[in-house]
Formats: sequence, C-alpha cells, structure tokens
Amino acid sequence: MTPRYSIFSLLRNAFSYHENWQQAWQSVEPKPRYDVVIVGGGGHGLATAYYLAKLHGIKSIAVVERGWLGGGNTGRNTTIVRSNYLWDQSAALYEHALKLWEGLSQDINYNVMFSQRGVLNLAHNQHDLRETLRRVNANRLNGVDSEFLNAQQVKEMVPVIDLRAGGRYPVLGASLQRRGGTARHDAVAWGYARAANALGVDIIQECPVNGFRIEGGRIKGVETAKGYIEAGKVGIVTAGHSSVMANMAGFRLPVQSVPLQALVSEPVKPVIDTVVMSGAVHAYISQSDKGELVIGAGVDGYIGYGQRGSMQVTEETLAAICELFPLFRRMRMLRQWGGIVDVCPDASPILSKTPVEHLYMNCGWGTGGFKATPGSGWAFAHTIAKDAPHELNAAFSLDRFRTGFLIDEHGAAAVAH
Amino acid sequence: MLLIACPHCGPRAESEFHCGGEAHIERPKDPASLSDAEWAEFVFLRDNPKGLLFERWHHSHGCRRWFNLARDTVTYEILAVYPMGSPPPALDPRRYV
Repeated sequence: MTPRYSIFSLLRNAFSYHENWQQAWQSVEPKPRYDVVIVGGGGHGLATAYYLAKLHGIKSIAVVERGWLGGGNTGRNTTIVRSNYLWDQSAALYEHALKLWEGLSQDINYNVMFSQRGVLNLAHNQHDLRETLRRVNANRLNGVDSEFLNAQQVKEMVPVIDLRAGGRYPVLGASLQRRGGTARHDAVAWGYARAANALGVDIIQECPVNGFRIEGGRIKGVETAKGYIEAGKVGIVTAGHSSVMANMAGFRLPVQSVPLQALVSEPVKPVIDTVVMSGAVHAYISQSDKGELVIGAGVDGYIGYGQRGSMQVTEETLAAICELFPLFRRMRMLRQWGGIVDVCPDASPILSKTPVEHLYMNCGWGTGGFKATPGSGWAFAHTIAKDAPHELNAAFSLDRFRTGFLIDEHGAAAVAH
Repeated sequence: MLLIACPHCGPRAESEFHCGGEAHIERPKDPASLSDAEWAEFVFLRDNPKGLLFERWHHSHGCRRWFNLARDTVTYEILAVYPMGSPPPALDPRRYV
C-alpha cells in the first residue's frame, strides 16, 4: 500500500529527519506473463499504464524501460504545456491533455508543479501576424482559451523583451494562452510511476526490448534483456526509437528521428514569469523555479540518434534569444543537451493500431510531446483496452498516410519543427 | 558540426549544406497503376535506421550540386561520399540496438 503524500505525512517524516520516506515505487523483476506490456517508461508510457489500471481495470500490466524512468525525452524537454493547436483534431486532443494537467497533481497525489503562467507565441512579420490571428480564432472556436496581444501588450507582459525599432526580429504581436505554462517534467514521470505502481503496475527498468514474438499476425510477447515476457497486448511508446521498434515488429513508420536541443543558463533572480516562444526563430524561453533560464532550440536538419545536436543550431537559437532579450547577452549557459524526437511528415502524432494484431503504437509526437503526456496516455490506454481508438485519437491513425487525411500542424500550431 | 567533404569543393562545414533525405528512392515508373498504399510508401515511408544511412546532400551555400553520403546516424561518421546516380557502396550496416 502506497501511503498518501500530504501535509501530515510531511510533518510526520520531519520528526524522523526525512529518513523514513518509503520508495515511491518498487523496482521488480518481470513475471513470465502480463495482460499488457508497455515498452518505454517515459511520461507517455507510464501515463498509459496508469490509465489502463485506473480507468480500464486491467490488473496485470508491466512497463519495461531500457534505461531509467524519465531518462529520455521526458527529462529532456523544456517543460512547456499548452493546447493552442490549429486543427480541430489536435485542439481536441491537446485540450483534453491540458484539462487533465489541471487536476493531475491531485489525481496522482504527486506535485507535478504545474504552473499556469501563460504561453506567448510571438509574431515577427505580417505573415506571422495573420497566422497568429487565424490560430487565435480557430482556438476560440474549439473552446481553447486564446488571446491576441499587440506589441505594447507583449511589452507590458514581458518587460525585458526588446521592442525598439530596427531590431533583427521585430515583435508585431503574439498569441497568449493563459492556461498554458510549465510543469516539472521529472515529477511527471515519477508521479505517474508511483501512482501506477500503487495500482499494481510492475515497473521494470534497465530492461531493453530486443524483439517481438509474433505468430499468425498477432503479438505473443516481447524478448527483453531480462528474458521473454508473454503479453496479451503490447503498446510501444519509445519516441525516437519508434522506427527501431516497428522494424523489429516487421513494419515501417513514416517518422524521422532527429535531435532536438535545449539549454539552461546559470540561475538568476526572477526575470521572466511566463513562457515566450518564437516558432519563426526557433527559440523558446522560460524560467525554472531554480532561476535557470530554460531555452529550447530547433532540430537538426538530418537524422541522428546522438543525444546532443548540432552546434550551429545552438548558436542560431542563442543569437535569436540575445536579439529578443539583450539583457541575457552576458548570461552563461550551464548545460546543453539533446533528445531524439520522432517527427511525422505532418508533425502530428500516431496513436494507433498497427498491422500486427494487439500491438499498438504511440509515437510521432515530434518536438512537442511533453504537453500531451496525460492526454496521450489516456487515449492510448483506451485504444489498448478496447482494441479501438477513442474518438479523440481516431484521426491520429497510422492509416492516415495512406488515406491522405493528414493533420498538418507544421508551423500551423506555432511549433518550430 | 559535421565536416562534409563535398566532392567538388573539398571539406566544408555542415552549415553550408542541406540534407535532402534518404537516397536511392526512385520515382514510380508507372504512377497511374499505384495503389494508395504504394503511394504512401513512396511519399511518406523512409528508412530511419540507428546505424548506416544513405542520404542525399546539397551543397546549397557552395557549388550548389547534389551528391550522396553514407553516414552512421549514431556516431555521425561519414563513411563514404559518392556521386548521384551511382549505387550505394557495400558497407557494414552497423545496426545498433
């Protein structure tokens, strides 16, 4: 029985110098068989396991993870949460996720530090401005909160932004989603792991999957470094390694894996209390609770599995940040890293059944998967439990590349790809 | 940053080039007879290996000519540079995982 975290448990443990906290989840060795095996112990995989156990009453579930929980893209993103996507299908899916974010800390009894500090998407030229207004209107029609700010209102909200005339990237306006913000990404992985584990989900770390056993077009189990695990159903949620997994199962995916970079600066006093994103110049910035500036960059222009990213991408991003925020010019960057993101041709995810029966794929989130974590897990759990997609993710099928019904969010969603 | 040996200009920085994606994909000979699935294959499905990949590159800020590269997608080593139209060199596929 996992004890609840509360003010009383905090007090009780304070008396014993915080030395008696229980482990948040148990690491176990795999059993020979599970009803559902989830491959990939990032936020999306753990959320899937949690909702499968909580909402669909499946008792025997395992999450197998190659490394450690949240050690991949869950712990590498810039923690931004928003739902202001252009198209109806995306707006519905991301808005569902945002609603789950709003109650997540209570739901999983783990403080994910979800902070609705607002997200600004800047417009730098007339075209950006028209697209921003179009997206703001589309969002409002879909029930997603969205406002348009003119340059002066942007300056009032973010005083450190440079709006003097003649700058390299003039700011003509911005969209603002007030319900957007940030969350602590590690806590999302740990919180879902703890909550799933409390419902009986086995979490197996340091357990790479080496192959799938498929008989008569139907999944039978997974070959792992810790032996063969028989499985009724298998869900693959492996982000950058989705193609590698799909190839093991004998089919191809329309995704390309590329490194996406981020950086953090040295910690400073509070200077920016919202999230500023600029898709046009590939630069996002927010400030963490520790005071570090968290900066997101663009992707490399070619396939790569090295978790670092090209130097010129870092340089371009920092150049743009320095243009927009001249007072950050003398900041020093503490860390730079990359995560491997799997980008679909239409920049929308795949949450779908596959050519193999009872094998399901959740991938293609590209550069913006973190914000969708709860919604992705929720919809994927439904897809696995019912062997059919939910209304929310029906359009995000693998088959859309055959039918041509793409959900083209490239640029449309204020995302830099 | 990669140092790419352009067959015409010699070694130059990655920022002068543009990657044109997977090499050796041939446009269907008889497009009218293709099924939707075959079209999807041609338009959208690409190799995304963790290991050896053959790709086209364009020296867009240089001689503006195309050529092929064989590259390891994990170590980023460039294993071969060869002209457009020639078959891929025989190399170890280097599949990681």
